Amino acid sequence: MVDVTKFVKKAKSNKINLKNFYKKLSKKLRKWNSEYRHLVLINEIDSVEFSLPNGNLYGVPLSVKDCICVKGMESRAGSAILHGYKPTFNATAVQNALNNGAVIIGKTSQDEFGFGTFNVNVGKGFEIPLNPHDKKRSCGGSSGGAAGLTALLAMNKIPHLAIAESTGGSIACPASFCGVAGFTPTYGLVSRYGLIDYANSLDKIGAIARTTIEAALLLENIAGFDEKDSTSVSVNLKLTKTDTNIENLTLGIVKDFFSEGIDREVADIVWRKIKELEAKGVELKEVSLPLNAKYGLATYYIVAMSEASTNLAKYCGIRYGAALKLEGNFDEYFSKVRSKFFGEEAKRRIILGTFARQHGFRDAYYIRALKLRSKLIKEFKKVFKSCDVVVHPTMPIIAPRFDEIEKLTPLQNYAMDLCTVPANLAGLPHLSVNAGFSRRMPVGIMFTADHFNEEKLVKIGINAEEPIGEKE
Amino acid sequence: MSSIDREILLRVAKNARLKLTKKEIEEFLPQLEEILKAFAKISEIDVSNEQLAVHPIEIEQKTREDKIGEGLSVEDSLKNAKHKKGNYFLGPKAIG
Repeated sequence: MVDVTKFVKKAKSNKINLKNFYKKLSKKLRKWNSEYRHLVLINEIDSVEFSLPNGNLYGVPLSVKDCICVKGMESRAGSAILHGYKPTFNATAVQNALNNGAVIIGKTSQDEFGFGTFNVNVGKGFEIPLNPHDKKRSCGGSSGGAAGLTALLAMNKIPHLAIAESTGGSIACPASFCGVAGFTPTYGLVSRYGLIDYANSLDKIGAIARTTIEAALLLENIAGFDEKDSTSVSVNLKLTKTDTNIENLTLGIVKDFFSEGIDREVADIVWRKIKELEAKGVELKEVSLPLNAKYGLATYYIVAMSEASTNLAKYCGIRYGAALKLEGNFDEYFSKVRSKFFGEEAKRRIILGTFARQHGFRDAYYIRALKLRSKLIKEFKKVFKSCDVVVHPTMPIIAPRFDEIEKLTPLQNYAMDLCTVPANLAGLPHLSVNAGFSRRMPVGIMFTADHFNEEKLVKIGINAEEPIGEKE
Repeated sequence: MSSIDREILLRVAKNARLKLTKKEIEEFLPQLEEILKAFAKISEIDVSNEQLAVHPIEIEQKTREDKIGEGLSVEDSLKNAKHKKGNYFLGPKAIG
């Protein structure tokens, strides 16, 4: 049985023997992981005595992205520099899920600190996860393990939810490439306490699941005000009880993300889905985000890299993570540890971020990018005066093959985030669901709403999605 | 808009406590030049009337009661450190 809600009901009424279920699941996970590498760590679930809180996620298998702290479980954000780090506390999102009865099955693969679009920028010693639809292709990034595992388990009729994280599209992109639902909430809705940060003002913990309603269920149960996070906001989310009527909604089609650089077949599948939604009652309207389309990528990368370069300054081989023999002075020791354990993309982003914040360049890059960000947010706000939700393809392409990714320069890699970056830069809630298939690979359609309008996304997502593993 | 050259790259790397190999320098320099050229696009647009968007939403400043709460214990703080002595982290020599 793949449906999470039905699984919870059966588990609560003892129609499922959780001990046997997890014993079998443990064996399967180990077998599949040697083939697909979605998990960087598999939890010991085969001999657990279950006495779980009787909550909304009772007995549900839950994976957690490697950058989110789980007490006693190695949490490395996909980086060798955090080798051996076992947090002494749970991230708030993780604790909320545990309080609702979820069972953590492991930590999922990601690009090192979230620095990537294809989950190929894994840290030294980590393996690249493979797309369950085609092992020659990427799962997407940076939450590639979370999306890949969700798709693989759905194909095998096993219920599963994934706590993931997005900075510039790291939930939507892998959800699109793997054919699952990726739900990124408004900035601040889910506490970042216990998240190993990439870029504070952009990071958002969210959910990946087989369907919109399952992602909404997870989100509802991990969100909430947390005094341990100064950017946390208090909003009472009621997503799973929403009606699915979309007749009073206006959908803004972002014309800028249907033109240059978007694969024709991907655009056609998304268009077809939009016409289906029109037949179900939504009003369509063409809208434009020209500033976001033109300046979104550059603005996002300057802000993200600047914040990343300061966040990663704390990794120096002293308090946690990888260390070397204590030799030389502070500068020599720190440089040795950081140069040895950071991967190539991490170094590239630290350098670019340090450059953008450095005296002489700061006003032209970092400060200007923060001001431009204001302008880009305003552009979104103006569009939301005329429509409820905006829509466009999640990614410009289907999941690429690894041999295709190898040929891309770093700048060409960054350009792939064209459609996902604007919503992330503006901290807007967005949802990617499967719209269909092109060349046997999933195609994601992305919906974005105004801040704290997650409910509208749930309504649209339920009506739009074509979930994998649907036939029981 | 200012870009990067070998000298700036080495200075920035030093500030970031990264010691780049010769291979990394040769590889990174043209890549960073290309990326910064693309980033320079942001100079085209007037932002003089804009505020800094440090966060994407308005964050209300909150205060809490000035009471001592739970924090990390010394034992937990040191749990993940490879180099430690008694209740202290051990680091490389600072003087001498």
